[in-house]
Amino acid sequence: MDAPFDTVVETHGATVLRVCRAVLGVHADADDAWSETFLAALRAWPELPEDANVEAWLVTIAHRKSLDVTRARAARATPVADVPEPPAPEAPPDVWAEVAALPDRQRRAVAYHYLAGLPYADVAAAMGGTPEAARRAAADGVAALRRRLGAGT
Amino acid sequence: MTPHPLGPLPAVEAGTLDVLRDRLARAAADAGLADVAYAVVDSPVGPLLVAATEAGLVRVAFEAQGHDAALEDLARAVSPRVIRAPARLDEVRRELDQYFAGRRRQFDLPLDRRLSRGFRGRVQALLPAIPFGRTCSYGELAALAGSPRAVRAVGSACATNPLPIVVPCHRVRRSDGSLGGYAGGLDAKRALLALEGGP
Repeated sequence: MDAPFDTVVETHGATVLRVCRAVLGVHADADDAWSETFLAALRAWPELPEDANVEAWLVTIAHRKSLDVTRARAARATPVADVPEPPAPEAPPDVWAEVAALPDRQRRAVAYHYLAGLPYADVAAAMGGTPEAARRAAADGVAALRRRLGAGT
Repeated sequence: MTPHPLGPLPAVEAGTLDVLRDRLARAAADAGLADVAYAVVDSPVGPLLVAATEAGLVRVAFEAQGHDAALEDLARAVSPRVIRAPARLDEVRRELDQYFAGRRRQFDLPLDRRLSRGFRGRVQALLPAIPFGRTCSYGELAALAGSPRAVRAVGSACATNPLPIVVPCHRVRRSDGSLGGYAGGLDAKRALLALEGGP
């Protein structure tokens, strides 16, 4: 790419943060994943082909970085009871909590498809598996959210 | 149609993104990846885009020139690793503030002159020799550059100066005393000359 990288941060920064928050929760882990994602993207930016789908590329990086953060979190986890996270500013905490409560693949499929707007082929490319499996995971995740939040009635 | 399942999720607060972008700028600098750092600074002649490389200040652009266009030029000419990093431009902002407050007559900033090439570059390199508060004509500058007949080329060298204000192309006028042109607009040129209080 020969466009200025900063336009990527400007255009996609908020979306990628929402994806990181949906996958990791609204706290410092999501901020760390966001920072690592954009630092890696900045490094690789000059070599990215001009016709690349930037958002799908960013979500793929964010997926890997959030897995790293999850692993680091597991490594430092202690066997005491979980301390509840403070709710996001002005957030209806139950939505973030219900997203966080989804099984990992459903949560990611929902975040990548519904928050980042990626088609299922790109969701599958980011997290592995087939597009059909990604579609099913997202559909299951959305059904569970609707059920728990009482939406869609 | 059923509501979007994630519709209730709030938008990201603007303040949070600003904090994260500042943190990214610092991490990029530490990793040696901030090839072009930029900021937009307020001034009496409108918002100015200022951009720097490791070597120094590389670009100043008026709003009339298009800040986005200037960043695109930098991405092509220097590196696409362009990142907003206001802290890296603190010294530039300080000297510009002093200049506009009438407390600085010349700039003492490291300059990256890579966007100044060939004859235009030679002319642009001569501009800082015109003292604060003085002006010279395009013809005089052409003579100074060793090409007294190249008046038009000197005009385009001034028009394409990548570092206006800091490299003072606003101090060049027509030999009849009229203003000539200016990339930042004639109002900006008039304002700069008035600030310097010259004849």
